[in-house]
Amino acid sequence: MENILEVNDLHVSFKTHRGEVKAVRGVNLTLKKGEALAIVGESGSGKSVTTKAIMGLLPKPAGRVKSGEVLFNERDLTKLSDKQMQKLRGSEISMIFQDPMTSLNPTMTIGKQIMEGIRRHQNLSKADAKKRAIELLELVGIPNPEERVKQYPHQFSGGMRQRVVIAIALACNPKVLIADEPTTALDVTIQAQILDLMKDLQKKTNTSIVLITHDLGVVANMAQRVAVMYGGKVIETGTVDEIFYEPKHPYTWGLLSSMPRVDSKNSELLAIPGTPPDLSNPPKGCPFAARCPHAMKVCTEFMPDYSDVSDTHKTACWLQDERSPKVEPPETIQVGGDR
Amino acid sequence: MANTVEQEKLIEVKNLKKHFKVGGKATLKAVDDVSFHIYKGETFGLVGESGCGKSTTGRTLIRLYDATDGEVLFDGENVHGKKSSKELKALNRKMQMIFQDPYASLNPRMTVEDIIAEGIDIHNLASNKQERRQKVIELLETVGLNSEHATRYAHEFSGGQRQRIGIARALAVDPDFIIADEPISALDVSIQAQVVNLMQKLQKERGLTYLFIAHDLSMVKHISDRVGVMYLGKMAEVAGSDELYDNPLHPYTQALLSAIPVPDPNYERSRERIILEGDVPSPVNPPSGCRFRTRCPLATEVCANVVPRWTEAEKDHWVACHIYDDEYKHDFK
Ligand SMILES: Nc1ncnc2c1ncn2[C@@H]1O[C@H](COP(=O)(O)OP(=O)(O)OP(=O)(O)O)[C@@H](O)[C@H]1O
Ligand SMILES: Nc1ncnc2c1ncn2[C@@H]1O[C@H](COP(=O)(O)OP(=O)(O)OP(=O)(O)O)[C@@H](O)[C@H]1O
Ligand code: SF4
Ligand SMILES: [Mg+2]
Ligand SMILES: [Mg+2]
Repeated sequence: MENILEVNDLHVSFKTHRGEVKAVRGVNLTLKKGEALAIVGESGSGKSVTTKAIMGLLPKPAGRVKSGEVLFNERDLTKLSDKQMQKLRGSEISMIFQDPMTSLNPTMTIGKQIMEGIRRHQNLSKADAKKRAIELLELVGIPNPEERVKQYPHQFSGGMRQRVVIAIALACNPKVLIADEPTTALDVTIQAQILDLMKDLQKKTNTSIVLITHDLGVVANMAQRVAVMYGGKVIETGTVDEIFYEPKHPYTWGLLSSMPRVDSKNSELLAIPGTPPDLSNPPKGCPFAARCPHAMKVCTEFMPDYSDVSDTHKTACWLQDERSPKVEPPETIQVGGDR
Repeated sequence: MANTVEQEKLIEVKNLKKHFKVGGKATLKAVDDVSFHIYKGETFGLVGESGCGKSTTGRTLIRLYDATDGEVLFDGENVHGKKSSKELKALNRKMQMIFQDPYASLNPRMTVEDIIAEGIDIHNLASNKQERRQKVIELLETVGLNSEHATRYAHEFSGGQRQRIGIARALAVDPDFIIADEPISALDVSIQAQVVNLMQKLQKERGLTYLFIAHDLSMVKHISDRVGVMYLGKMAEVAGSDELYDNPLHPYTQALLSAIPVPDPNYERSRERIILEGDVPSPVNPPSGCRFRTRCPLATEVCANVVPRWTEAEKDHWVACHIYDDEYKHDFK
């Protein structure tokens, strides 16, 4: 399959009073046409910053892409001007943020907000834009769309607002949709509605999705491929089955085991001791070494290279080196996935 | 815990109501006729969607709010009864609360020592400065921090560490009962496990009783002996935690469980979901009869007309739904 989006060796830093925060340190990602890629990982590991860099939305002047490229249809987005990026955003690549309230304007009707997006990028008359807005609300499952376009965001519930945000993001049939924790603020029954909606739309429109979430259940439900981030790096990537059933990186093991499952009867969760590294002074070796139960001397000194577990599965961990001792994943990781 | 003979009840909640006046003459029935009990030494989990009344129930339980109606008994003593300030203080000491947001719930201008010792000072639990210090250090060690942390300020700590400070503060007065209102929601997954393991260890060591409020059902199942499910100010179902997850009776509980995505791709690909339509109605103007009926896939006429009875449908398994009521069960196919 063709790659629609490719991130190559991306480095992003922030200037702060404490010095330079190296938030993203050499990230590689690929997104294929029509697939959903999930990015998971510790809070502060660089998930949001990576996607903001893709979208050209880093806060200026503090945040800066230091090196690397973001290829979209063979164009390097890091080289585009603000104006060119603006044109791309909302039309070819759209983004959904965690809190629907912050992405909607409270003083403008829902209909107007959707129409604005449409008319910015497409040459439609006012009447046609309105028709399209009503269609979009219908598409995302809002009842009475003709009435609803006249209302304001506060007259909508949290789940409905997130549907509106999705409608706006989809208004111009983007090729890539980036969703940063799109359901985290919602209740589970509403989350189920939204995930269903996103999967449905993905099928209908063949949009590619980058989904950031900390909920591994949502990943298992939505994604075909997964990238696991830690300390500004992607430390493991593979298909959902590879990541859930044959994970190789000790952080991925920890992540999968520290989450309780409704169907398990384990008495104690496997906690990862300690806290993540300070990215204003990142460790020179593996970012997980300080918390890793299997860390060796080499881990603190040198960053491991990526090794190929399969064609689709890569991880950066010294345990993959043939000179390292063989370490089995904890028992809490299920192998093969039979239940 | 579930099946020991004759368990002692620490908390008994009987027909508890908490209504708020909101603008003009409207009342918001945040908690409306809720009954349940919590056994000594157990963890009772409370789940339900945002706004269903979990926090209000917790706060009314320990008299942070006055009850509109109904009773709460703590070890047989009426929490909302008339009390001298001395009696009230004694009761406050036995019941403590841990809050959701470890960032907001700790005063940034106080040292960790002063934060933790607040209760010690209020209840005169230390006779001098040295004893106070000693107590604080012991508490810090209990929650996995150390004496060096005592002189620092809360903003110097990570989320998980702050939540540990919150736990130490609650433990300082040696309570019997702790309400933990979404204690881990603001934390990273790997840090959540640290805090939950700590809470369980402390419960074992000190015989604590917990009310654990959360909307993460998998975590609630993990930590709780029994679980209550709330919907729009009402208790929908109460049962032992394994029983509730293996054999949910209320259509709302069934939908809630079926909506949780499980971190298992094969299972997710093959499972069938009950997707509820619509949103939770407003508690200012709740539906007549059963409050869940507007979203319930099984609702019939009687659901709109009659409020479901709180029934023990199976042993120690309570539910408020007409399907399990002998009088109405024939109305359902
Ligand atoms: N505007 C900023 N100025 C300085 N540092 C920043 C800024 N934005 C992000 N960072 C830092 O960059 C790092 C990565 O942050 P990012 O928001 O990408 O994390 P994340 O993986 O999305 O975490 P979360 O799961 O908590 O959303 C963090 O260390 C964060 O403190
Ligand atoms: N002090 C108050 N005054 C008026 N209404 C209130 C007050 N506190 C809570 N409410 C309302 O009571 C209802 C129940 O709120 P509560 O905070 O108990 O819900 P919750 O189940 O804890 O929700 P969440 O999961 O979002 O924390 C909500 O509709 C809320 O808006
Ligand atoms: S590289 Fe070393 S420290 Fe890092 S995860 Fe692998 S074993 Fe652990
Ligand atoms: Mg983020
Ligand atoms: Mg609450």
